[in-house]
Amino acid sequence: MKRWITTTDHKRIGLLYFWTAFCFFLVGGLEALLIRLQLAQPNGHLVSAETYNQLFTMHGTTMVFLALMPLSASFFNYIVPLQIGARDVAFPRLNAFSYWVFLLGGLLLNASWLVGPLFHAPHWNVAPNGGWFGYANLTERQFSPGPNIDFWLLGLQILGISSLAAGFNFIVTILNMRAPGMKMLRVPAFSWMTLVTQFLVITAFPVITVGLVFLMFDRFFGTHFYVATAGATPLLWQHLFWLFGHPEVYILILPAMGIVSEVLPTFARKPLFGYTVVVFSGVLIGFMGWGVWSHHMFAVGLGPIADSVFAGTTMLIAVPTGVKIFNWIATLWGGDIRGSTALHFAVGFIAMFIIGGLSGVTHASPPADLQQTDTYYVVAHIHYVLFGGTVLGLFAGIYYWWPKMTGRLLSEPLGKWHFWLTFVGMNLAFFPMHLIGLLGMPRRIYTYTPELGVSALNLVSTVGAFLIAVAILVFLVNVLRTRTHGRPAPNDPWGGATLEWSIPSPPPVYNFSVIPTVASRLPRWKTERHEPMRDPPAVPPAPIHVPPGSWWPLIAALGLPVLALAPLTHTLWLAFLGAAILLVGIYRWAFEPFEV
Amino acid sequence: MSEQSGEPPRGAGPHEHAHPDAETYLRVAAALVVLTVLEVGVFYVPAFRPVLVPTLLVLSALKFSLVVLFYMHLKMDSPFFSFLFGAPLLLATGVLVALLFLFFGTLTLRGAAGAG
Amino acid sequence: MTHAAATHHTSMGLDSRKMAFWAFIGSECLLFSSLISTYLVYKGRSVVGPSPHEILNIPFTSVSTFDLLMSSLMMVLALAAVQRGDMKWGKIWLFATALLGLVFLGGQVIEFTEFVHKGLTLQTNLFGCTFFVLTGTHGAHVTVGVLWLLTLWVRALQGKLGPGQALTVEITGLYWHFVDVVWIVIFTVVYLIQ
Repeated sequence: MKRWITTTDHKRIGLLYFWTAFCFFLVGGLEALLIRLQLAQPNGHLVSAETYNQLFTMHGTTMVFLALMPLSASFFNYIVPLQIGARDVAFPRLNAFSYWVFLLGGLLLNASWLVGPLFHAPHWNVAPNGGWFGYANLTERQFSPGPNIDFWLLGLQILGISSLAAGFNFIVTILNMRAPGMKMLRVPAFSWMTLVTQFLVITAFPVITVGLVFLMFDRFFGTHFYVATAGATPLLWQHLFWLFGHPEVYILILPAMGIVSEVLPTFARKPLFGYTVVVFSGVLIGFMGWGVWSHHMFAVGLGPIADSVFAGTTMLIAVPTGVKIFNWIATLWGGDIRGSTALHFAVGFIAMFIIGGLSGVTHASPPADLQQTDTYYVVAHIHYVLFGGTVLGLFAGIYYWWPKMTGRLLSEPLGKWHFWLTFVGMNLAFFPMHLIGLLGMPRRIYTYTPELGVSALNLVSTVGAFLIAVAILVFLVNVLRTRTHGRPAPNDPWGGATLEWSIPSPPPVYNFSVIPTVASRLPRWKTERHEPMRDPPAVPPAPIHVPPGSWWPLIAALGLPVLALAPLTHTLWLAFLGAAILLVGIYRWAFEPFEV
Repeated sequence: MSEQSGEPPRGAGPHEHAHPDAETYLRVAAALVVLTVLEVGVFYVPAFRPVLVPTLLVLSALKFSLVVLFYMHLKMDSPFFSFLFGAPLLLATGVLVALLFLFFGTLTLRGAAGAG
Repeated sequence: MTHAAATHHTSMGLDSRKMAFWAFIGSECLLFSSLISTYLVYKGRSVVGPSPHEILNIPFTSVSTFDLLMSSLMMVLALAAVQRGDMKWGKIWLFATALLGLVFLGGQVIEFTEFVHKGLTLQTNLFGCTFFVLTGTHGAHVTVGVLWLLTLWVRALQGKLGPGQALTVEITGLYWHFVDVVWIVIFTVVYLIQ
């Protein structure tokens, strides 16, 4: 227990990220099921309008910040150091700090489901209820007097710290900890996409932090950042949020693109088609992702020039994305394809992401967007991109790297069941939403009348959602079965080209008995010019120093939720206590002997 | 006033980023003080009113560059650090300009584009 | 600064801590540009006074600006002293840097108090909101810097800071100078361009 709490090993932290994020994924999924049950038929009355608002807000917030981002982070942690031939990340204790801050921030956010009585609310749940993008001025104290929005803005600020710390850590890790000979254009595609993602994180998160700080000051200290009567404009929030929010979309999708770029070559037994183009397309997407944010705001009336500019940049960003898709398809073309579960998910990703991308291009045109804004069409789009894209991509990664991370292979037959149930379920759940939206059903509305003519489509969508739930259950059965009955994984169950497959599954604490020297982009494959590398010996020829654990990242992280509780409960001394814990944590951390 | 760069790196070793010596630091400080005096001076001279904003922006950019290049050693340190700082700085400037344009440009532009 | 890079092999031949710190400074650029953008976007939108030209005290702030510039000079002198192993002057310059930082903070306290007396608080109008949050965030950064510098100074007094820790001093300096350049921008954009 203590060894897990004080761990600074990137592999353990990766597993902690995985299981924590997966639990949050289940919570967010449960919220989605409740939403779908409520909407299964017209005039539904399973939950109240207020609870419904909390459900869709927490579903979005949980899935984005507590499930998908940290599930990607779990692979950053576990896989990136192995892919680049490193013994750990550049700052192991900072890495532990990121995890603990993420866990505590997630718990704080979700505590809002249970603490209503402490805030004199008439019910248990006082969860955030302003939508996952929390538009001002709805979120002002005047219109949202309860603690709901406070939980949201404080929770997100804490989670931002976790992401920022991880961002600096992985940028330095990927740039500075590569094995000898691994030039930047020999870095595996997944690690490259991780690098781009982290640059987006460190530039985008400060912007939303500022937006959230303004909101916090408005709600607690009586400022007027988003108060129209004082001359301010709620548009400022929209700009600050989407300046962050659009890069965030790429923060969510680029890691999945990276995973797919690893899975396809392995199971097609062909190098990634146009590796360099895929990498630079990712970099280009990262840069262009900064120039499109106002397309989320066409409906506010930005004027024809701004509309035209942002429509143009939005259509342009489809180009590097399309380039990647053609590269993936060309990777499969003529390959020696083995239809593993991981490959099923990766190909599913391509197909579903194309649909999501196409509906995305339809939003890029302001006149079309005006018809789609705030309807279920947008909900359909985001789910094709984030479920059909990110979640399928992450499952491809889970099936691909599970043997490396746990030492056992997941069952392939159950995996196929998992895939097909997910695939059919998601299309049943999300495709009808396009039609529901175009027929005029607004999003975020807790019920509808039969006259709208969308009852049957909604029922289909609910059935689809439950199929996805069944698929997740199949996956959990697979995981449990694998613990006891799973086939033990050899070093390299798939014939992969990258360094993580050259070491035992799961890897020893020091990863590489000898740090490999890399001579090609596909070090474990035979190419025209290169023989495959020799795998590191099973027993290290010399003793390897492994850094010890540390308590201080956890202690420092504990200061943050305590600090957040101060405004939440209007208790000043908690602020001093939180700051003191944070300071003590940081000082002890800085001065403890810790040899990397 | 930024010609003091030609000095040979003190104690030049194999590493590329030898730091400037105290004399360079003092000269940069003198330049910074002169520039600040100029800034405040320009602010009080009515003749500068029409070109006040561009003048102040140029002076401020000069000070900014002096500190970043000499005190933060970007001039002699690895160019990669300049990238790590410069790319987000460019982004930050872009965001600032875009927001100013979106908030102050639209009214006139919408007017120029005519009704509808 | 160099022996750390010499002992630890890195792919780019650059120190990891320094690289992380430059990435952090890059990130801070976006933080301050969001704050400054907000200040500018809301300029002239306040529905009640007081407005900037009734409140801002240019001579006073010019002195503060000068003070912060001089602290940057002290900082580089401290770094140069530590690098050449002259810990006597290293301590003096480190303390001087922190002291000038404290003077700046004192100036900010006096300035804020004066503004409140003149009727500008955080809640008065948009100018008050944006001004206090922007300069307050900068002040918070200065406070962290002063704590950091004093920590180094105490370490130096204890004899635990020597030329071997020059990289630590350099990184502290990067932070301190960055806070200074942010002030250079704020002084121009907020105080001089009214």
